[in-house]
Amino acid sequence: MSHTAPSASSKVVPTSGPITMVDAIRQAMFEEMERDPAVVAIGEDIGVYGGAFKVTDGLLAKFGRERVIETPIAETAIIGAACGMSFLGLRPVAEMQFIDFIACCFNQVTNFVAKSHYLWGAPVPMVIRGPSGGGVHGGPFHSANPEMYFVHTPGLKVIYPSTPSDAKGLLKSAIRDNNPVLFFEHKYLYRRLKEEMPPGDYTLPIGKAIVRRPGRDLTIVSYAAMAHTAMEASVQLAKEGIEAEVIDLRTLLPLDKDTILTSVKKTNKLLVVHEDTRTGGIAGEIAALVFEGAFEDLDGPVARVTALDTPVPYAPPLEERFLPNTEKVVAAARELAKY
Amino acid sequence: MTQPLTQPLTHALTREQHLDLYYYMQLNRQLEERMVRLFRQNKIVGGLYSSLGQEAVSVGTCYALEKRDWIAPMIRNIGALLVKGVPPRDIFTQHMAKFTSPTLGKDGTSHFGDLKVRHIVSPISMLGDLIPVMTGVAMAGRYLGQNIVALTWIGDGGSSTGAFHEGLGLAAAQRAAFVLIIENNQWAYSTPVSRQVPIQNLADRGAAYGIASAIVDGNDVVAVYQAAKYAVDECRAGRGPRIIEVKTMRMRGHAQHDPAEYVPKEMFDYWKARDPITLYEKYLTENKIWDTAAKSEIDARIERELDVEQKFAEDSPLPPPELAEKGVYCDGCHKIEADWKRAKADLMPPKSSIDPTWRLKDLPAYTQATIASGNGAKTPAPAPVSVPAAAPASSPAMQEPVPAPAPERADLQPEHLAAEEPAVPRVPFGRGPKDKAFRQSPENPQNKPAYTRAPKEKSFSRNPQEKSFSKGPRNKPFGKNAQGKPFTKNPQDKQGRR
Repeated sequence: MSHTAPSASSKVVPTSGPITMVDAIRQAMFEEMERDPAVVAIGEDIGVYGGAFKVTDGLLAKFGRERVIETPIAETAIIGAACGMSFLGLRPVAEMQFIDFIACCFNQVTNFVAKSHYLWGAPVPMVIRGPSGGGVHGGPFHSANPEMYFVHTPGLKVIYPSTPSDAKGLLKSAIRDNNPVLFFEHKYLYRRLKEEMPPGDYTLPIGKAIVRRPGRDLTIVSYAAMAHTAMEASVQLAKEGIEAEVIDLRTLLPLDKDTILTSVKKTNKLLVVHEDTRTGGIAGEIAALVFEGAFEDLDGPVARVTALDTPVPYAPPLEERFLPNTEKVVAAARELAKY
Repeated sequence: MTQPLTQPLTHALTREQHLDLYYYMQLNRQLEERMVRLFRQNKIVGGLYSSLGQEAVSVGTCYALEKRDWIAPMIRNIGALLVKGVPPRDIFTQHMAKFTSPTLGKDGTSHFGDLKVRHIVSPISMLGDLIPVMTGVAMAGRYLGQNIVALTWIGDGGSSTGAFHEGLGLAAAQRAAFVLIIENNQWAYSTPVSRQVPIQNLADRGAAYGIASAIVDGNDVVAVYQAAKYAVDECRAGRGPRIIEVKTMRMRGHAQHDPAEYVPKEMFDYWKARDPITLYEKYLTENKIWDTAAKSEIDARIERELDVEQKFAEDSPLPPPELAEKGVYCDGCHKIEADWKRAKADLMPPKSSIDPTWRLKDLPAYTQATIASGNGAKTPAPAPVSVPAAAPASSPAMQEPVPAPAPERADLQPEHLAAEEPAVPRVPFGRGPKDKAFRQSPENPQNKPAYTRAPKEKSFSRNPQEKSFSKGPRNKPFGKNAQGKPFTKNPQDKQGRR
């Protein structure tokens, strides 16, 4: 006798019309797996269940168990196996169910994967992707932004997109890249915005920031969910007569230094906004970069709006205090504009 | 002390192969002895880790592999690198940080690899990480239809890491063609095995993963080769991963700086009398496989080769400083291309497409087993949450998610160990006098080493029913679930009922 459980819904990826970031990421994976049989997916619950956030929903039905590999709860094994697979020329896309759990395989990522090419000339063409970020009351272990551990690790590339089309274009580029790429997907953005996908085989270059809004009075550099916060703040600031230029980094490593310096040389003021905690966040690195490359252009101190130097708290009032928001950005920009 | 080496030869070696094994073991030793001299001359930039006494492990295991197979050496597996065809100059230059070394001076020791020709993955200093990586190598090999085996080594020390367990769990679940050699050299730096684990044999851990395991005398190169060859063949036939524990001894300290004064002298004495090369030389002579002329010829060849290789290394320059800035990323310097040995179309829709569901085979048997075991006795079994997947046709390797135990193999018993008479009356292995395994007893009148295996004890896949390691007062056998009965949650309850 055979008993069949109800079939998991195999979501068809929308082919036209605006789609969410979840759909865009799934579409990127579908397209890359269809393009190249060397692309495989590996992770926990990514097959029948379709992943905790349904990002990989439908992949198993189409590509089978050899290409959609469901693993035990063993992050080190996932990354280690993906690394080993890449040594034979495959291009694994490994999912961390939540990016917080990348801490479990930190050694594998930073010592094995990141150093292979530099030390012994072994490229590791793999992607590690997973949901990150707060604002959804996930608590201290499901809301983290651990990107800076990896920005501090030579050999990795780190991408953190803010829109569905960027997510799609950058994920496709990440899969085709010959280097290990960490791909952070802000879970707050997963289903909150929709966007029409550019036609065709859409890819975006890794390491290129974008100016989301031109302005003359100050530069706000941000990424991921905070890029939207920065945009909202810039609208409010415009009402007060402050024209902010908003830069969305999109890639944190390698950092697009040129776009940042060009903008600061124009506006002469810099505010960095990130959801990561303050100490050791990328704002410090960007500040140093601007001091090195545009010190004489600065008309004021480099300002930053970041999360607190605490774990991500669970209760809504606590998390709201923890996270940057539009008001905090507007206030900081207002202060900076006074210089 | 006389002892026969493993007989009969399951995988009979030719005279050439026998001499090969000697050549590589002696090359390994002579190479390392030269490096000790270089170290004392301050020509080795960093640390030097000796594999003295462990040559049979590196050589015997790697010799069982084919050219297409993959290895990831540990720091004491220089011999395996040599068998894989790495020239000694690579070992010299690595240690001397020369620009001509495989890593151009970016890393030392055995930390280098070769993806394209020799199929070697470089180790890192963090132990255990090679196990999931080589599992991935095996998975990719199967995916590409290459029919390869991936093999790596881990020490007794490294077997306590998390990566060891995660990697073995995945290897078992995937039935990966992966062989793990647990190189039990009795010491993790200064800590004896008995201080690391409460079990006698690290191979016993295989049962916990559903991985067949064997124990072999690591100082008997023929026995090591045979065990490895069998394991490699089983892997290649698709019968899942294998573990071999080799019992051997690290005859030096952790590295050159460490005089290993913590090792009891009689332990060194015992193992010195069992030196793998001396034993093998004797075996070759007694079996008339060679004569003094043949030995001299090989020894002279080794000297000749090492002279050339060492000179090359010593004459090589250090890397130019600007090299430090290069090579963080692969910017098109490597062409990444998989070596496909199967039709790509098999992995593409529509051929790859399946019904994405979990299926439960034989529901009545499942529920009866669940009820009989005492879980939810009065009500029907709960909805199954952990059932084997119905394997899709496109995934032959997944057809039996639970690895079947290997058949018993008499030919893998290290029989010579049972017949062995230790040279010294007591073998401490760093254990205290309370260790029953070493106490004189009626069953063990001669104080044999505790790992001495009786002929009846099967090396591969011992039946858990035969040898329960639970000797507690209730004597509840472990491994019940291997018979289809889940563990009881309440250990106080013999019936397994709450």
